[in-house]
Amino acid sequence: MIARVRNPSLAIGLTIVSLVAIAAIFGPIFHHTDPLSIDLADVLAGPSRAHPFGCDALGRDVLARILWGARLSLSISVVVVTISLAVGSLIGATAALSGSRIDDLIMRGVDIVLAFPGILLAIALAAILGPGLIDLAIALTAMGWTGYARIVRGEVLTLREREYVLAAESLGASRSRLLMRHLLPGVVGPLAVQATFGIGGIIGAEAALSFLGLGALPPTPSWGNMLDAGRAFLLVAPHLTTAPGLAIGLSILGFNLLGDGIAQKVGHRA
Amino acid sequence: MKKYLVRRLLALLPVSLGVVTMTFAIIHLVPGDPVVAMLGETAGPADIVGMRHQLGLDRPLLEQYTVYLVGLAVGDLGESISYRKPVSQLIAERFPATIELAAAGMIVALVLAFPLGIIAGANPGGAGDLGAMGFAIVGISVPHIYLGPLLMILFSLDLRWLPLTGRGGLAHLVLPAVTLGTALAAILARMLRQSLIRVRESDYMRTALSKGMSARAALVRHGLRNALTSVVTVIGLQMGGLLSGTLITEMIFSWPGIGRLLITAIGARDYPVVEGCVLTFAMTYVVVNLTTDLVNAVVDPRVRIS
Repeated sequence: MIARVRNPSLAIGLTIVSLVAIAAIFGPIFHHTDPLSIDLADVLAGPSRAHPFGCDALGRDVLARILWGARLSLSISVVVVTISLAVGSLIGATAALSGSRIDDLIMRGVDIVLAFPGILLAIALAAILGPGLIDLAIALTAMGWTGYARIVRGEVLTLREREYVLAAESLGASRSRLLMRHLLPGVVGPLAVQATFGIGGIIGAEAALSFLGLGALPPTPSWGNMLDAGRAFLLVAPHLTTAPGLAIGLSILGFNLLGDGIAQKVGHRA
Repeated sequence: MKKYLVRRLLALLPVSLGVVTMTFAIIHLVPGDPVVAMLGETAGPADIVGMRHQLGLDRPLLEQYTVYLVGLAVGDLGESISYRKPVSQLIAERFPATIELAAAGMIVALVLAFPLGIIAGANPGGAGDLGAMGFAIVGISVPHIYLGPLLMILFSLDLRWLPLTGRGGLAHLVLPAVTLGTALAAILARMLRQSLIRVRESDYMRTALSKGMSARAALVRHGLRNALTSVVTVIGLQMGGLLSGTLITEMIFSWPGIGRLLITAIGARDYPVVEGCVLTFAMTYVVVNLTTDLVNAVVDPRVRIS
């Protein structure tokens, strides 16, 4: 009988996320096949000892491309979520701590950004900015910051009414001290939950944009453009879609479970 | 209710104007010259000046914006560069296909979500709960761009039950709808489970049970009805995901809607079409949001007052 884990989401999520991170960091070191090297003898080859995940239409090693894709996917998501978190929190806190007119103005702006459904804003921006990793990160950040702004604003507005905050304020604590010492710690939990789900969300959005040809451009290996390229060979080489598909799905699953687990732990729902 | 309706309709104005302005700003203010991009690096300066004039891009920005707004007011979205047709006509031709797909995705989501959510919520911690919620977390995590090809391999190529791509009868609709609806189904099932569990602990459920109502009847008559409001709210919140999901699903299944029109227009650098499609998606979302809020106000009178 296996011992009952109190927070299985956290345990499983953390395991998956760690595995994905280890694969991204160390994978290319241990499996040091060049993800760009073309070998026409191996075109669409199935899994073998030399190529555990088979080869793509140009005879490139799929495992190597998955591992390098993991680096790209994880680093873009972490960067985008970090910037979104910083920008969003700053804007949310400004809204909450300024007068109602500035608050109204900022939240109207948030409403307008939110009026663009899902990844539409990122698609529109990526379309104009052109493909490329930095442009992709900008497009994803423009879409992602609003969630953090809303959380920080909401939490700060409720926390402001708490007695310990009022006490600190009446004792003459400066606005920045109030924010850093008394308000910020109360916002950390919900933000951690949102950011964890956020990383999973950005992994999916990045893959979708690359799939649509608006993100990482071939030959750079990204899970999204691998899936797109594999679609032409669904029948003869299904491993070309399965490998990146499972990689994306598993990573998102890991971050979703981790987010659920953290939410359970800090008692907040995102 | 009338007062609430008027208030919500009035609030629509600033958001719509904001959406229109932002769409304009994305196309006209973001660095990158659409004309150079459209004509390619080899275009001569005369061609560029000509194209710029043809599109009205050589006029002052404020004038362009005014012309754009005036055009919108009469439903004129400009002319497509690659199709040589009015953008509004291109969108009108494809809009029904997108709505059909979105509606079918929503139906799939509801049909899957209710049984799963009820099985899970009726007996939390049980085997049914574990199975349903296991399906849900996987359903939320599997991306459209993988689920689509996976279903194609299974049901079109291997089993040959359903057509691979394109729009036609009901058979053509099944795979795209399942691809689109699965994630929403999973989210709704989780939500339904949660609200059922919360409702179970309420006083009116205890009263219903203690007056001798069967657990099943209490669940259906009191539990589900009260859980419904949060489901409607979540549907509203998730409409954005559903709409942008249609965009990707259309690309996977070569579905002739405005999502595919948008992505091909991006590839062809057909900026008037890009602008029109982005605007159509956003405005559809705004209207759908308003509709779910109104439905919520009908279902739950408390919404109207606050």
